[in-house]
Amino acid sequence: MGRLNERGTSTGSKAYAWLEHRLGLIKPLTEAAEHPTPSNNASWWYVFGSAATVLLLLQVVTGILLALVYSPSASEAWTSLNFLNHNVALGWYLRALHGWGSDFMIAIVLIHMVQVFLFGSYKFPRELTWIVGVVLLLLTLGMAFTGQVMRFDQDAYWGLGIGASISSRIPGIGAQLVHMVLGGPIIGGATLSRFFTLHVFVIPGLLLAGVGVHVFMVLRHGVSDWPMPGRLVRKSTYEREYHELTEKTGIPFVPDAAWKDAVFAAAILFAVMACAFFFGPFGPGGQPDPTIIQTAPKPDFAFLWIYAVLAFLPPNLETPVLLVAPVLGIAAMLLLPLIASEGERHWARRPVAVLMVSVIAVTLGIFTRLGTYTPWSPIMNAWSSDAVPVRYMHDRTPLEREGALVLQDKQCRSCHSLDGHGGLRGPELDSVASRMTEDQIVRQVLQGGGNMPAYGNALNPSETKALVSFLMTLRGDGLQPAIDASRELTHTSQVGAPASHVAGNSTLKP
Amino acid sequence: MSEFLKYPGESSNDALPPEGKAAAHTRRAFLFKLAVGMNAVVGAVLAVPLFGYLLGPAAKKKSAAGTWISIGDVADFPVGETRLAEFRSPVATFDDGETAKVSCWVRRVSAQKFQVFAINCAHLGCPVRWFSESKLFLCPCHGGAYYEDGSRASGPPERGLFEYRYKIAGNSLVIHAGDMPTLATQASCKDKPLVQIAPPTPETRSTTWEG
Repeated sequence: MGRLNERGTSTGSKAYAWLEHRLGLIKPLTEAAEHPTPSNNASWWYVFGSAATVLLLLQVVTGILLALVYSPSASEAWTSLNFLNHNVALGWYLRALHGWGSDFMIAIVLIHMVQVFLFGSYKFPRELTWIVGVVLLLLTLGMAFTGQVMRFDQDAYWGLGIGASISSRIPGIGAQLVHMVLGGPIIGGATLSRFFTLHVFVIPGLLLAGVGVHVFMVLRHGVSDWPMPGRLVRKSTYEREYHELTEKTGIPFVPDAAWKDAVFAAAILFAVMACAFFFGPFGPGGQPDPTIIQTAPKPDFAFLWIYAVLAFLPPNLETPVLLVAPVLGIAAMLLLPLIASEGERHWARRPVAVLMVSVIAVTLGIFTRLGTYTPWSPIMNAWSSDAVPVRYMHDRTPLEREGALVLQDKQCRSCHSLDGHGGLRGPELDSVASRMTEDQIVRQVLQGGGNMPAYGNALNPSETKALVSFLMTLRGDGLQPAIDASRELTHTSQVGAPASHVAGNSTLKP
Repeated sequence: MSEFLKYPGESSNDALPPEGKAAAHTRRAFLFKLAVGMNAVVGAVLAVPLFGYLLGPAAKKKSAAGTWISIGDVADFPVGETRLAEFRSPVATFDDGETAKVSCWVRRVSAQKFQVFAINCAHLGCPVRWFSESKLFLCPCHGGAYYEDGSRASGPPERGLFEYRYKIAGNSLVIHAGDMPTLATQASCKDKPLVQIAPPTPETRSTTWEG
């Protein structure tokens, strides 16, 4: 038995020697994996980069498998996705893995970036590692956007329209750029083909090459040591200090530090598998038929915050902000390590860095949250589906009830809510009469303003009269009606004549 | 020293004896440089068709994108109403499937006067919907609103709806369609230049009105 073992071992080592003599890669790779790293960075905080790489590999594998069935043609893509969901064994699960893997990858890449930023790991000599990392983040987002186009449904179609509309705002070359983005004059087959090319060939190639460079630089400079308050990075001394620390406390990266990476990677993979299993694939939504206009297009989760920002920008600022803000943001991320390449690394001594992360995270979180329920969008069926609450109809005059009918019929509920039902674009109307006087309501309805269209052309004088008298009954829980403080002073001419006043106003704008 | 050098600029040769300098200018080194130069020339020539192919969509002439197309019988559009019309994009190609379909809103102002609006919101291209009761076009994406004549009512759009050029040929309503309408590629670029939104005039402000 012992002899057999011995013979087996010697055969094995002979085979290894044969292979390594020709390949020459096993020994250097093993040495790289076992390189000594300061023991203080064998931490659970250092596991996100490797997890992002593992997720990238998952995306490559699942992406290749999906490409076996997917048809990148505008006339067939949507059908082929439904075929994958319903007719191909486990097709739904592969689509779910790829979709959830994408969401997880963006999340892990962002967490990795925040960790590196808060730990000051981007400082000397790892500036270029950070810069390549920023490029990898942008490529990851590029994969997410082009991937959303691959799911060629209504959201993808109108999302491309939004992309083209943004491109069209670039001065001078707007039209050419729209044609470049779309591959022609309209969203169609050529558009899907070029986004497929980007999603499957161009961006993954750059991403894999970029990850290679990124990891190579991590090995070259070593994984950053755990930051300590007061231990400053200086270009003249840092590398010697890092080297001494490694000499003194070094442990082999594999296995002493890497076991945590491996555990976390397995946990993340399992989380993706579980999400994919329990929540299933994303879409596809409605078919990409642009004549079906009963749709409220929305981008994927990662881009909801941009979608929300676009709703809040004032019209005359939109183009400048759209064109300038991304340039400034990306430039700031790229230049960060060059501007702050030395000094304190520990977050406790970098309040501005902590504040920046907090403010950016809260801002993105709020806009993303707003993007999930789009309070700026009119609820287009509220006028016919959300009735006026019964209690608002009790003890009302016929005229006031007629006004409630006008309120519904003229689709005020698209933007205004009653009792929590209806649009959120305008203020809720439950207590409107305690905020505005009759005159103010008449003026607001007929002339609009403050983001409300003017309804002077859509309402005749009697409709206006009925509507306003109904609105005047909406005073919340027994609040006093709003009054015009100056009314007392002009008592003589105005008192007791609201009806003629309304009629007079509505003839101003027929 | 420099008068002994074949190429006075190559100062790295300075330390070499004359034989060494000669060796640095071997025929092989010269041929390699020549070959690099040949590759540069071939590469530059090759780049012309490659970039021409890549930039093809952007280079297309504006007049080529679009033509006149009928969107229905004039009688299908009653005077005073705004109705949805559909057509197949005249610039669609073999692989466009149902994305070749286009919708537009047709408003018949009078017997001979029409307005044909693009379905795409002037803000970011989402499909606007017409509400005849409130006489508004509303956009589902960011809440842009337009009056019945297509002018901007409220929300993020900085201008009114895009309009197609139209003419009445016999009994049919014919429009000029091609490019997807955006701020840079409007449905009828010549007729209606970009309108930047004007600052709010006093009478449209909500709080300062005085009767």
